Amino acid sequence: MKNDETLFTAYQKNLKRERKIILSWQLLILISFISLWEVSSKMYWIDPLLFSSPTRITLSLFERFINGSMFTHLSVTLFETILGFIIGTIGGVIIASSLWSSNRFSRIMDPYLVVLNAMPKVALGPIIIVALGPGYLSIITMGFLVSVIITTLTVYSAFNEVDPNYEKVLKSFGATKWQCFKEAVFPATLPTIISMLKVNVGLSWVGVIVGEYLVSKQGLGYLIIYGFQVFDFTLVMSSLVIIAILAAMMYKIVERIERWLIKNTK
Amino acid sequence: MSFLTLDRVSHHYFYKNGYTKALENISFTLKEGEFISLLGPSGCGKSTILSIISGLFKQTEGHVTLENKPITESKLAIGYMLQQDYLFPWKTILSNALLGPKITNNNEDSMRQTALQLLEEVGLSGVADKYPTELSGGMRQRVALVRTLINDPKILLLDEPFSALDYQTKLKLEDLVGKLLKTYHKSAILVTHDIGEAIAMSDRILVMGSNPGTIAKSFEVPIELRNQLPLEVRKHPKYQILFDKIWAELEEKEKQKGRSS
Ligand SMILES: Nc1ncnc2c1ncn2[C@@H]1O[C@H](COP(=O)(O)OP(=O)(O)OP(=O)(O)O)[C@@H](O)[C@H]1O
Ligand SMILES: [Mg+2]
Repeated sequence: MKNDETLFTAYQKNLKRERKIILSWQLLILISFISLWEVSSKMYWIDPLLFSSPTRITLSLFERFINGSMFTHLSVTLFETILGFIIGTIGGVIIASSLWSSNRFSRIMDPYLVVLNAMPKVALGPIIIVALGPGYLSIITMGFLVSVIITTLTVYSAFNEVDPNYEKVLKSFGATKWQCFKEAVFPATLPTIISMLKVNVGLSWVGVIVGEYLVSKQGLGYLIIYGFQVFDFTLVMSSLVIIAILAAMMYKIVERIERWLIKNTK
Repeated sequence: MSFLTLDRVSHHYFYKNGYTKALENISFTLKEGEFISLLGPSGCGKSTILSIISGLFKQTEGHVTLENKPITESKLAIGYMLQQDYLFPWKTILSNALLGPKITNNNEDSMRQTALQLLEEVGLSGVADKYPTELSGGMRQRVALVRTLINDPKILLLDEPFSALDYQTKLKLEDLVGKLLKTYHKSAILVTHDIGEAIAMSDRILVMGSNPGTIAKSFEVPIELRNQLPLEVRKHPKYQILFDKIWAELEEKEKQKGRSS
Protein backbone atom coordinates (compact mmCIF):
# COMPACT_ATOMS: atom_id res chain seq x y z
CA MET A 1 0.00 0.00 0.00
CA LYS A 2 2.74 2.37 1.09
CA ASN A 3 4.75 1.47 -1.95
CA ASP A 4 1.80 2.18 -4.30
CA GLU A 5 1.46 5.63 -2.79
CA THR A 6 5.14 6.50 -3.20
CA LEU A 7 5.09 5.28 -6.78
CA PHE A 8 2.11 7.51 -7.48
CA THR A 9 3.73 10.58 -5.92
CA ALA A 10 6.85 9.92 -7.92
CA TYR A 11 4.74 9.72 -11.06
CA GLN A 12 3.00 12.99 -10.25
CA LYS A 13 6.31 14.69 -9.54
CA ASN A 14 7.60 13.49 -12.86
CA LEU A 15 4.57 14.97 -14.63
CA LYS A 16 5.08 18.32 -12.95
CA ARG A 17 8.76 18.34 -13.86
CA GLU A 18 7.99 17.56 -17.48
CA ARG A 19 5.49 20.41 -17.61
CA LYS A 20 8.06 22.81 -16.20
CA ILE A 21 10.66 21.77 -18.77
CA ILE A 22 8.27 22.33 -21.62
CA LEU A 23 7.19 25.72 -20.34
CA SER A 24 10.81 26.83 -19.87
CA TRP A 25 11.65 25.89 -23.44
CA GLN A 26 8.64 27.76 -24.74
CA LEU A 27 9.63 30.88 -22.84
CA LEU A 28 13.23 30.52 -23.94
CA ILE A 29 12.25 30.39 -27.61
CA LEU A 30 9.98 33.44 -27.25
CA ILE A 31 12.57 35.50 -25.39
CA SER A 32 15.42 34.63 -27.72
CA PHE A 33 13.27 35.43 -30.75
CA ILE A 34 12.36 38.84 -29.38
CA SER A 35 15.89 39.65 -28.23
CA LEU A 36 17.40 38.52 -31.50
CA TRP A 37 14.96 40.72 -33.37
CA GLU A 38 15.70 43.69 -31.13
CA VAL A 39 19.45 43.26 -31.39
CA SER A 40 19.48 42.71 -35.17
CA SER A 41 17.39 45.82 -35.60
CA LYS A 42 19.60 47.90 -33.31
CA MET A 43 22.79 46.65 -34.98
CA TYR A 44 21.32 47.22 -38.48
CA TRP A 45 21.67 43.55 -39.40
CA ILE A 46 18.15 43.95 -40.72
CA ASP A 47 16.62 47.16 -41.97
CA PRO A 48 14.78 48.68 -38.98
CA LEU A 49 12.56 50.67 -41.36
CA LEU A 50 11.20 47.47 -42.85
CA PHE A 51 11.28 45.05 -39.95
CA SER A 52 10.82 47.48 -37.07
CA SER A 53 11.77 46.22 -33.61
CA PRO A 54 10.03 44.92 -30.50
CA THR A 55 10.57 48.14 -28.56
CA ARG A 56 9.20 50.31 -31.35
CA ILE A 57 6.19 48.04 -31.70
CA THR A 58 5.54 48.13 -27.98
CA LEU A 59 5.80 51.92 -27.89
CA SER A 60 3.57 52.34 -30.89
CA LEU A 61 0.98 49.97 -29.46
CA PHE A 62 1.12 51.75 -26.13
CA GLU A 63 0.51 55.10 -27.76
CA ARG A 64 -2.35 53.84 -29.86
CA PHE A 65 -4.03 52.17 -26.94
CA ILE A 66 -3.68 55.32 -24.85
CA ASN A 67 -5.35 57.52 -27.45
CA GLY A 68 -7.95 54.81 -28.05
CA SER A 69 -7.45 54.47 -31.79
CA MET A 70 -6.22 50.88 -31.61
CA PHE A 71 -9.19 49.85 -29.56
CA THR A 72 -11.61 51.13 -32.20
CA HIS A 73 -9.87 49.23 -34.98
CA LEU A 74 -9.58 46.13 -32.87
CA SER A 75 -13.22 46.04 -31.87
CA VAL A 76 -14.39 46.61 -35.44
CA THR A 77 -12.36 43.68 -36.73
CA LEU A 78 -13.31 41.48 -33.82
CA PHE A 79 -17.00 42.23 -34.30
CA GLU A 80 -16.82 41.43 -38.02
CA THR A 81 -14.90 38.22 -37.44
CA ILE A 82 -17.18 36.89 -34.74
CA LEU A 83 -20.26 37.66 -36.79
CA GLY A 84 -18.78 36.12 -39.92
CA PHE A 85 -17.79 33.06 -37.92
CA ILE A 86 -21.22 32.59 -36.36
CA ILE A 87 -23.17 33.17 -39.56
CA GLY A 88 -20.81 30.96 -41.53
CA THR A 89 -21.05 28.06 -39.11
CA ILE A 90 -24.79 28.22 -38.49
CA GLY A 91 -25.48 28.94 -42.15
CA GLY A 92 -23.39 25.96 -43.21
CA VAL A 93 -25.21 23.63 -40.84
CA ILE A 94 -28.60 24.91 -42.02
CA ILE A 95 -27.72 24.50 -45.70
CA ALA A 96 -26.33 21.02 -45.00
CA SER A 97 -29.57 20.11 -43.24
CA SER A 98 -31.69 21.26 -46.15
CA LEU A 99 -29.47 19.28 -48.53
CA TRP A 100 -29.96 16.23 -46.34
CA SER A 101 -33.71 16.69 -46.18
CA SER A 102 -34.11 16.34 -49.93
CA ASN A 103 -32.04 13.97 -51.93
CA ARG A 104 -33.18 15.61 -55.12
CA PHE A 105 -32.21 19.07 -53.90
CA SER A 106 -28.75 17.88 -52.92
CA ARG A 107 -28.21 16.31 -56.32
CA ILE A 108 -29.35 19.46 -58.08
CA MET A 109 -27.00 21.59 -55.96
CA ASP A 110 -24.02 19.26 -56.25
CA PRO A 111 -22.16 20.88 -59.20
CA TYR A 112 -22.69 24.37 -57.81
CA LEU A 113 -21.28 23.37 -54.44
CA VAL A 114 -18.28 21.75 -56.09
CA VAL A 115 -17.51 24.92 -58.05
CA LEU A 116 -18.10 27.21 -55.08
CA ASN A 117 -15.86 25.07 -52.92
CA ALA A 118 -13.04 25.01 -55.45
CA MET A 119 -13.33 28.76 -55.98
CA PRO A 120 -11.02 30.91 -53.83
CA LYS A 121 -13.71 32.87 -52.02
CA VAL A 122 -11.59 35.97 -51.44
CA ALA A 123 -11.45 36.37 -55.23
CA LEU A 124 -15.12 37.29 -55.05
CA GLY A 125 -14.22 40.33 -52.92
CA PRO A 126 -14.60 43.05 -55.55
CA ILE A 127 -17.97 41.70 -56.66
CA ILE A 128 -19.26 41.57 -53.09
CA ILE A 129 -18.15 45.14 -52.51
CA VAL A 130 -19.88 46.30 -55.67
CA ALA A 131 -23.03 44.46 -54.69
CA LEU A 132 -23.20 45.26 -50.97
CA GLY A 133 -21.37 48.56 -50.82
CA PRO A 134 -18.07 49.36 -49.09
CA GLY A 135 -18.87 48.76 -45.44
CA TYR A 136 -19.32 46.28 -42.64
CA LEU A 137 -21.81 44.25 -44.60
CA SER A 138 -19.31 43.38 -47.33
CA ILE A 139 -16.61 42.48 -44.86
CA ILE A 140 -18.86 40.30 -42.74
CA THR A 141 -20.05 38.62 -45.94
CA MET A 142 -16.45 37.85 -46.80
CA GLY A 143 -15.86 36.41 -43.34
CA PHE A 144 -18.92 34.24 -43.68
CA LEU A 145 -18.38 33.20 -47.29
CA VAL A 146 -14.96 31.75 -46.62
CA SER A 147 -16.31 29.32 -44.01
CA VAL A 148 -19.86 28.57 -45.12
CA ILE A 149 -19.22 26.32 -48.13
CA ILE A 150 -16.65 24.12 -46.46
CA THR A 151 -18.92 23.84 -43.40
CA THR A 152 -21.81 22.84 -45.64
CA LEU A 153 -19.83 20.15 -47.42
CA THR A 154 -18.18 18.73 -44.32
CA VAL A 155 -21.36 18.62 -42.26
CA TYR A 156 -23.43 17.27 -45.15
CA SER A 157 -21.03 14.41 -45.73
CA ALA A 158 -21.02 13.70 -41.98
CA PHE A 159 -24.84 13.57 -42.07
CA ASN A 160 -24.61 10.95 -44.78
CA GLU A 161 -22.10 8.86 -42.89
CA VAL A 162 -24.40 8.30 -39.93
CA ASP A 163 -25.11 4.57 -39.63
CA PRO A 164 -28.45 4.06 -41.44
CA ASN A 165 -29.44 1.48 -38.85
CA TYR A 166 -30.21 4.22 -36.33
CA GLU A 167 -32.75 5.58 -38.77
CA LYS A 168 -34.04 2.06 -39.29
CA VAL A 169 -34.73 1.77 -35.57
CA LEU A 170 -36.56 5.10 -35.59
CA LYS A 171 -38.54 4.35 -38.72
CA SER A 172 -39.68 1.07 -37.25
CA PHE A 173 -41.42 3.22 -34.64
CA GLY A 174 -42.93 5.24 -37.47
CA ALA A 175 -40.62 8.25 -37.16
CA THR A 176 -40.86 11.08 -39.69
CA LYS A 177 -37.83 12.37 -41.55
CA TRP A 178 -37.62 15.33 -39.18
CA GLN A 179 -37.70 13.02 -36.16
CA CYS A 180 -34.91 10.92 -37.70
CA PHE A 181 -32.89 14.10 -38.10
CA LYS A 182 -33.53 15.32 -34.59
CA GLU A 183 -33.02 12.00 -32.80
CA ALA A 184 -30.24 10.35 -34.79
CA VAL A 185 -28.59 12.27 -37.60
CA PHE A 186 -27.98 15.58 -35.86
CA PRO A 187 -26.75 14.28 -32.49
CA ALA A 188 -24.51 11.73 -34.23
CA THR A 189 -22.95 14.54 -36.28
CA LEU A 190 -22.52 17.00 -33.42
CA PRO A 191 -18.84 16.13 -32.85
CA THR A 192 -18.09 16.97 -36.49
CA ILE A 193 -19.98 20.25 -36.23
CA ILE A 194 -18.12 21.14 -33.06
CA SER A 195 -14.74 20.41 -34.61
CA MET A 196 -15.81 22.58 -37.55
CA LEU A 197 -15.97 25.55 -35.15
CA LYS A 198 -12.20 25.60 -34.71
CA VAL A 199 -11.54 25.48 -38.43
CA ASN A 200 -14.02 28.28 -39.03
CA VAL A 201 -12.37 30.65 -36.55
CA GLY A 202 -9.25 30.66 -38.72
CA LEU A 203 -11.20 30.92 -41.96
CA SER A 204 -13.29 33.87 -40.80
CA TRP A 205 -10.13 35.80 -39.92
CA VAL A 206 -8.88 35.26 -43.48
CA GLY A 207 -12.12 36.54 -44.98
CA VAL A 208 -12.38 39.58 -42.74
CA ILE A 209 -8.75 40.71 -43.06
CA VAL A 210 -8.85 40.39 -46.85
CA GLY A 211 -12.18 42.24 -46.85
CA GLU A 212 -10.62 45.06 -44.87
CA TYR A 213 -7.63 45.16 -47.23
CA LEU A 214 -10.02 45.79 -50.06
CA VAL A 215 -12.41 48.31 -48.73
CA SER A 216 -12.49 49.53 -45.18
CA LYS A 217 -11.69 52.75 -43.39
CA GLN A 218 -11.31 50.93 -40.07
CA GLY A 219 -10.06 47.67 -38.66
CA LEU A 220 -6.78 45.80 -38.30
CA GLY A 221 -6.70 44.82 -41.98
CA TYR A 222 -7.06 48.48 -42.83
CA LEU A 223 -4.21 49.40 -40.48
CA ILE A 224 -1.93 46.88 -42.18
CA ILE A 225 -2.67 48.24 -45.65
CA TYR A 226 -2.44 51.83 -44.44
CA GLY A 227 0.90 51.19 -42.73
CA PHE A 228 2.15 49.52 -45.89
CA GLN A 229 1.14 52.48 -48.04
CA VAL A 230 2.71 55.13 -45.81
CA PHE A 231 5.77 52.94 -45.19
CA ASP A 232 5.07 52.66 -41.46
CA PHE A 233 6.07 49.06 -40.88
CA THR A 234 5.94 49.44 -37.14
CA LEU A 235 2.19 49.91 -37.58
CA VAL A 236 1.99 46.83 -39.81
CA MET A 237 3.85 44.72 -37.27
CA SER A 238 1.79 46.05 -34.36
CA SER A 239 -1.41 45.10 -36.14
CA LEU A 240 -0.04 41.65 -36.85
CA VAL A 241 0.79 41.17 -33.19
CA ILE A 242 -2.73 42.18 -32.17
CA ILE A 243 -4.25 39.85 -34.78
CA ALA A 244 -2.12 36.96 -33.56
CA ILE A 245 -3.18 37.55 -29.96
CA LEU A 246 -6.87 37.94 -30.79
CA ALA A 247 -6.97 34.94 -33.10
CA ALA A 248 -5.28 32.77 -30.48
CA MET A 249 -7.70 33.98 -27.81
CA MET A 250 -10.70 33.29 -29.99
CA TYR A 251 -9.37 29.84 -30.75
CA LYS A 252 -8.95 29.12 -27.05
CA ILE A 253 -12.46 30.35 -26.28
CA VAL A 254 -13.91 28.16 -29.03
CA GLU A 255 -11.95 25.27 -27.58
CA ARG A 256 -13.59 25.93 -24.21
CA ILE A 257 -17.01 26.09 -25.83
CA GLU A 258 -16.23 22.85 -27.60
CA ARG A 259 -15.33 21.09 -24.38
CA TRP A 260 -18.43 22.43 -22.70
CA LEU A 261 -20.63 21.32 -25.60
CA ILE A 262 -19.15 17.83 -25.61
CA LYS A 263 -19.76 17.47 -21.90
CA ASN A 264 -23.28 18.81 -21.96
CA THR A 265 -24.62 17.10 -25.05
CA LYS A 266 -23.43 13.62 -24.22
CA MET B 1 -57.52 -17.21 -37.70
CA SER B 2 -54.70 -15.76 -39.74
CA PHE B 3 -53.29 -12.62 -38.32
CA LEU B 4 -50.43 -11.59 -40.56
CA THR B 5 -50.57 -12.81 -44.16
CA LEU B 6 -47.98 -12.58 -46.91
CA ASP B 7 -49.53 -13.32 -50.27
CA ARG B 8 -47.19 -13.97 -53.20
CA VAL B 9 -44.77 -11.29 -52.13
CA SER B 10 -41.80 -10.54 -54.36
CA HIS B 11 -39.18 -7.88 -53.96
CA HIS B 12 -36.62 -6.38 -56.30
CA TYR B 13 -33.74 -4.10 -55.37
CA PHE B 14 -32.97 -1.74 -58.23
CA TYR B 15 -29.71 0.04 -58.90
CA LYS B 16 -28.40 2.15 -61.73
CA ASN B 17 -27.25 -0.72 -63.91
CA GLY B 18 -29.21 -3.71 -62.79
CA TYR B 19 -31.41 -5.24 -60.16
CA THR B 20 -31.55 -8.11 -57.70
CA LYS B 21 -34.65 -10.18 -57.22
CA ALA B 22 -34.38 -10.72 -53.48
CA LEU B 23 -37.73 -12.46 -52.92
CA GLU B 24 -40.05 -14.46 -55.15
CA ASN B 25 -43.58 -15.55 -54.38
CA ILE B 26 -43.29 -15.62 -50.62
CA SER B 27 -46.55 -16.72 -49.04
CA PHE B 28 -47.13 -17.61 -45.41
CA THR B 29 -49.32 -16.70 -42.51
CA LEU B 30 -48.59 -15.99 -38.89
CA LYS B 31 -51.30 -16.77 -36.35
CA GLU B 32 -51.86 -14.71 -33.26
CA GLY B 33 -49.46 -15.83 -30.55
CA GLU B 34 -47.46 -17.94 -32.97
CA PHE B 35 -43.68 -17.95 -33.18
CA ILE B 36 -42.09 -18.57 -36.58
CA SER B 37 -38.40 -18.85 -37.42
CA LEU B 38 -36.83 -18.15 -40.79
CA LEU B 39 -33.75 -20.21 -41.57
CA GLY B 40 -31.71 -19.98 -44.70
CA PRO B 41 -28.38 -19.24 -46.32
CA SER B 42 -26.93 -15.75 -46.20
CA GLY B 43 -28.45 -13.41 -48.74
CA CYS B 44 -31.67 -15.37 -49.23
CA GLY B 45 -33.78 -12.36 -48.28
CA LYS B 46 -34.62 -12.94 -44.62
CA SER B 47 -33.91 -9.38 -43.57
CA THR B 48 -35.80 -8.15 -46.60
CA ILE B 49 -38.94 -10.00 -45.44
CA LEU B 50 -38.72 -8.41 -42.00
CA SER B 51 -38.15 -4.94 -43.43
CA ILE B 52 -41.23 -5.29 -45.61
CA ILE B 53 -43.39 -6.46 -42.70
CA SER B 54 -42.13 -3.62 -40.52
CA GLY B 55 -43.04 -1.12 -43.23
CA LEU B 56 -39.50 0.18 -43.77
CA PHE B 57 -40.14 -0.23 -47.48
CA LYS B 58 -42.84 -1.69 -49.69
CA GLN B 59 -42.62 -4.95 -51.60
CA THR B 60 -42.54 -4.61 -55.38
CA GLU B 61 -45.24 -7.28 -55.90
CA GLY B 62 -47.86 -9.07 -53.83
CA HIS B 63 -49.74 -8.20 -50.66
CA VAL B 64 -48.99 -8.08 -46.96
CA THR B 65 -52.03 -7.86 -44.73
CA LEU B 66 -52.51 -7.63 -40.99
CA GLU B 67 -56.03 -8.53 -39.80
CA ASN B 68 -57.17 -8.33 -43.42
CA LYS B 69 -55.96 -4.76 -43.86
CA PRO B 70 -52.88 -3.78 -45.88
CA ILE B 71 -49.95 -3.57 -43.50
CA THR B 72 -49.38 0.09 -44.34
CA GLU B 73 -52.84 1.00 -43.01
CA SER B 74 -52.65 -1.11 -39.91
CA LYS B 75 -52.53 0.67 -36.58
CA LEU B 76 -51.08 -2.31 -34.74
CA ALA B 77 -47.55 -1.72 -33.60
CA ILE B 78 -44.79 -3.90 -34.95
CA GLY B 79 -41.54 -4.17 -33.02
CA TYR B 80 -38.32 -4.64 -34.96
CA MET B 81 -35.18 -5.76 -33.22
CA LEU B 82 -31.97 -5.68 -35.25
CA GLN B 83 -28.93 -7.92 -35.16
CA GLN B 84 -26.96 -5.32 -33.24
CA ASP B 85 -28.57 -3.30 -30.51
CA TYR B 86 -28.14 0.15 -32.11
CA LEU B 87 -28.68 1.88 -28.81
CA PHE B 88 -28.12 5.62 -29.20
CA PRO B 89 -24.80 6.30 -27.47
CA TRP B 90 -25.70 9.89 -26.55
CA LYS B 91 -28.89 8.86 -24.72
CA THR B 92 -29.13 7.26 -21.31
CA ILE B 93 -30.48 3.72 -21.00
CA LEU B 94 -33.84 5.06 -19.89
CA SER B 95 -34.08 7.53 -22.80
CA ASN B 96 -33.11 4.74 -25.14
CA ALA B 97 -35.87 2.55 -23.77
CA LEU B 98 -38.32 5.43 -24.12
CA LEU B 99 -37.48 6.12 -27.76
CA GLY B 100 -40.66 4.48 -29.09
CA PRO B 101 -43.07 6.49 -26.91
CA LYS B 102 -41.16 9.65 -27.78
CA ILE B 103 -41.54 9.07 -31.51
CA THR B 104 -45.19 8.14 -31.30
CA ASN B 105 -45.92 11.00 -28.89
CA ASN B 106 -47.16 8.46 -26.45
CA ASN B 107 -46.78 10.50 -23.29
CA GLU B 108 -43.19 9.81 -22.36
CA ASP B 109 -43.63 10.64 -18.68
CA SER B 110 -46.33 8.09 -18.00
CA MET B 111 -44.26 5.46 -19.84
CA ARG B 112 -41.30 6.01 -17.53
CA GLN B 113 -42.73 3.68 -14.96
CA THR B 114 -43.37 1.00 -17.59
CA ALA B 115 -39.82 1.37 -18.87
CA LEU B 116 -38.29 0.99 -15.41
CA GLN B 117 -40.49 -2.00 -14.73
CA LEU B 118 -39.53 -3.68 -18.00
CA LEU B 119 -35.85 -2.99 -17.35
CA GLU B 120 -36.20 -4.66 -14.00
CA GLU B 121 -38.02 -7.58 -15.58
CA VAL B 122 -35.09 -8.25 -17.91
CA GLY B 123 -32.72 -8.05 -14.96
CA LEU B 124 -31.42 -4.53 -15.44
CA SER B 125 -32.39 -2.55 -12.39
CA GLY B 126 -30.21 0.40 -11.51
CA VAL B 127 -28.74 1.10 -14.93
CA ALA B 128 -31.42 3.57 -16.08
CA ASP B 129 -29.13 6.59 -15.89
CA LYS B 130 -26.07 4.96 -17.38
CA TYR B 131 -24.95 5.27 -20.97
CA PRO B 132 -24.88 2.34 -23.44
CA THR B 133 -21.06 2.26 -23.55
CA GLU B 134 -21.04 1.35 -19.87
CA LEU B 135 -22.99 -1.89 -20.49
CA SER B 136 -21.93 -5.31 -21.73
CA GLY B 137 -23.15 -6.72 -25.04
CA GLY B 138 -25.78 -8.93 -23.41
CA MET B 139 -27.08 -6.07 -21.26
CA ARG B 140 -27.30 -3.78 -24.27
CA GLN B 141 -29.25 -6.35 -26.23
CA ARG B 142 -31.67 -6.60 -23.29
CA VAL B 143 -32.13 -2.83 -23.35
CA ALA B 144 -32.86 -3.10 -27.07
CA LEU B 145 -35.46 -5.74 -26.20
CA VAL B 146 -37.10 -3.36 -23.73
CA ARG B 147 -37.06 -0.60 -26.32
CA THR B 148 -38.83 -2.94 -28.74
CA LEU B 149 -41.39 -4.17 -26.21
CA ILE B 150 -42.35 -0.84 -24.70
CA ASN B 151 -44.75 0.18 -27.46
CA ASP B 152 -46.56 -3.09 -26.81
CA PRO B 153 -46.19 -4.42 -30.36
CA LYS B 154 -48.49 -7.20 -31.44
CA ILE B 155 -45.81 -8.69 -33.64
CA LEU B 156 -42.13 -8.89 -32.84
CA LEU B 157 -39.59 -9.10 -35.66
CA LEU B 158 -36.23 -10.40 -34.47
CA ASP B 159 -33.35 -10.23 -36.96
CA GLU B 160 -30.60 -12.45 -35.53
CA PRO B 161 -30.83 -10.62 -32.23
CA PHE B 162 -28.54 -13.02 -30.38
CA SER B 163 -25.89 -13.74 -32.99
CA ALA B 164 -23.36 -11.25 -31.64
CA LEU B 165 -23.45 -12.71 -28.14
CA ASP B 166 -21.49 -15.47 -26.48
CA TYR B 167 -23.19 -18.84 -26.16
CA GLN B 168 -24.16 -18.61 -22.50
CA THR B 169 -25.59 -15.12 -22.73
CA LYS B 170 -27.42 -16.18 -25.84
CA LEU B 171 -29.12 -19.15 -24.14
CA LYS B 172 -30.16 -16.98 -21.22
CA LEU B 173 -31.60 -14.32 -23.50
CA GLU B 174 -33.46 -16.93 -25.51
CA ASP B 175 -35.08 -18.09 -22.28
CA LEU B 176 -35.95 -14.54 -21.33
CA VAL B 177 -37.46 -13.66 -24.70
CA GLY B 178 -39.33 -16.97 -24.84
CA LYS B 179 -40.81 -16.35 -21.42
CA LEU B 180 -41.77 -12.74 -22.13
CA LEU B 181 -43.45 -13.61 -25.41
CA LYS B 182 -45.41 -16.43 -23.80
CA THR B 183 -46.62 -14.27 -20.90
CA TYR B 184 -47.63 -11.34 -23.10
CA HIS B 185 -48.98 -13.64 -25.78
CA LYS B 186 -47.17 -12.04 -28.69
CA SER B 187 -46.55 -13.25 -32.21
CA ALA B 188 -43.00 -13.23 -33.46
CA ILE B 189 -40.83 -13.90 -36.48
CA LEU B 190 -37.22 -14.77 -35.74
CA VAL B 191 -34.44 -14.75 -38.30
CA THR B 192 -31.50 -16.93 -37.34
CA HIS B 193 -28.65 -19.02 -38.67
CA ASP B 194 -28.78 -21.32 -35.68
CA ILE B 195 -30.95 -24.39 -36.20
CA GLY B 196 -30.93 -25.10 -32.48
CA GLU B 197 -32.19 -21.66 -31.66
CA ALA B 198 -34.95 -21.97 -34.26
CA ILE B 199 -36.18 -25.26 -32.82
CA ALA B 200 -35.85 -24.11 -29.25
CA MET B 201 -37.88 -20.96 -29.69
CA SER B 202 -40.48 -21.47 -32.37
CA ASP B 203 -43.70 -23.24 -33.24
CA ARG B 204 -42.90 -23.44 -36.91
CA ILE B 205 -39.71 -23.16 -38.96
CA LEU B 206 -39.58 -21.94 -42.54
CA VAL B 207 -36.47 -22.98 -44.46
CA MET B 208 -35.66 -20.65 -47.32
CA GLY B 209 -33.84 -21.11 -50.59
CA SER B 210 -31.91 -18.38 -52.32
CA ASN B 211 -31.50 -16.64 -55.67
CA PRO B 212 -34.22 -15.45 -55.55
CA GLY B 213 -35.42 -16.04 -52.00
CA THR B 214 -38.23 -18.53 -51.73
CA ILE B 215 -39.78 -20.62 -48.98
CA ALA B 216 -38.51 -24.12 -49.58
CA LYS B 217 -40.00 -26.06 -46.73
CA SER B 218 -41.97 -25.63 -43.56
CA PHE B 219 -41.36 -27.70 -40.40
CA GLU B 220 -43.77 -27.91 -37.47
CA VAL B 221 -42.04 -28.11 -34.12
CA PRO B 222 -43.49 -31.04 -32.11
CA ILE B 223 -46.02 -29.96 -29.51
CA GLU B 224 -43.90 -31.41 -26.66
CA LEU B 225 -41.12 -28.95 -27.43
CA ARG B 226 -43.21 -25.85 -27.77
CA ASN B 227 -44.08 -25.17 -24.17
CA GLN B 228 -40.60 -25.80 -22.85
CA LEU B 229 -38.04 -23.13 -22.24
CA PRO B 230 -35.30 -22.98 -24.94
CA LEU B 231 -32.65 -24.45 -22.68
CA GLU B 232 -34.82 -27.48 -21.84
CA VAL B 233 -35.82 -28.08 -25.45
CA ARG B 234 -32.24 -28.76 -26.41
CA LYS B 235 -32.19 -31.79 -24.10
CA HIS B 236 -35.37 -33.38 -25.49
CA PRO B 237 -34.96 -36.49 -27.71
CA LYS B 238 -37.27 -35.09 -30.37
CA TYR B 239 -35.04 -32.05 -30.67
CA GLN B 240 -32.26 -34.07 -32.30
CA ILE B 241 -34.61 -35.70 -34.82
CA LEU B 242 -35.92 -32.35 -36.03
CA PHE B 243 -32.43 -30.89 -36.01
CA ASP B 244 -31.20 -33.61 -38.37
CA LYS B 245 -34.14 -33.15 -40.74
CA ILE B 246 -33.57 -29.42 -41.02
CA TRP B 247 -29.84 -29.93 -41.35
CA ALA B 248 -30.43 -32.28 -44.30
CA GLU B 249 -32.74 -29.74 -45.94
CA LEU B 250 -30.18 -26.95 -45.59
CA GLU B 251 -27.41 -29.21 -46.94
CA GLU B 252 -29.60 -29.88 -49.96
CA LYS B 253 -29.98 -26.12 -50.45
CA GLU B 254 -26.23 -25.66 -50.24
CA LYS B 255 -25.69 -28.28 -52.93
CA GLN B 256 -28.26 -26.68 -55.23
CA LYS B 257 -26.64 -23.33 -54.68
CA GLY B 258 -23.25 -24.82 -55.58
CA ARG B 259 -24.65 -26.25 -58.78
CA SER B 260 -26.50 -23.14 -59.89
CA SER B 261 -23.65 -20.73 -59.35
N1 LIG C 1 -30.38 -2.16 -49.70
C1 LIG C 1 -30.13 -3.08 -50.64
N2 LIG C 1 -29.83 -2.72 -51.90
C2 LIG C 1 -29.58 -3.63 -52.84
N3 LIG C 1 -29.59 -4.95 -52.65
C3 LIG C 1 -29.87 -5.41 -51.43
C4 LIG C 1 -30.15 -4.48 -50.35
N4 LIG C 1 -30.40 -5.20 -49.25
C5 LIG C 1 -30.27 -6.49 -49.61
N5 LIG C 1 -29.97 -6.63 -50.92
C6 LIG C 1 -29.78 -7.88 -51.64
O1 LIG C 1 -30.95 -8.67 -51.48
C7 LIG C 1 -30.64 -10.01 -51.17
C8 LIG C 1 -31.26 -10.40 -49.86
O2 LIG C 1 -30.69 -9.65 -48.83
P1 LIG C 1 -31.10 -9.81 -47.29
O3 LIG C 1 -30.33 -8.80 -46.53
O4 LIG C 1 -32.56 -9.78 -47.17
O5 LIG C 1 -30.53 -11.28 -46.98
P2 LIG C 1 -30.47 -12.07 -45.60
O6 LIG C 1 -31.16 -13.36 -45.84
O7 LIG C 1 -30.97 -11.24 -44.49
O8 LIG C 1 -28.91 -12.31 -45.45
P3 LIG C 1 -28.05 -12.45 -44.11
O9 LIG C 1 -28.34 -13.79 -43.55
O10 LIG C 1 -26.63 -12.36 -44.59
O11 LIG C 1 -28.43 -11.32 -43.21
C9 LIG C 1 -29.12 -10.11 -51.20
O12 LIG C 1 -28.74 -10.65 -52.45
C10 LIG C 1 -28.65 -8.70 -51.06
O13 LIG C 1 -27.47 -8.52 -51.82
MG1 LIG D 1 -30.00 -10.33 -42.75
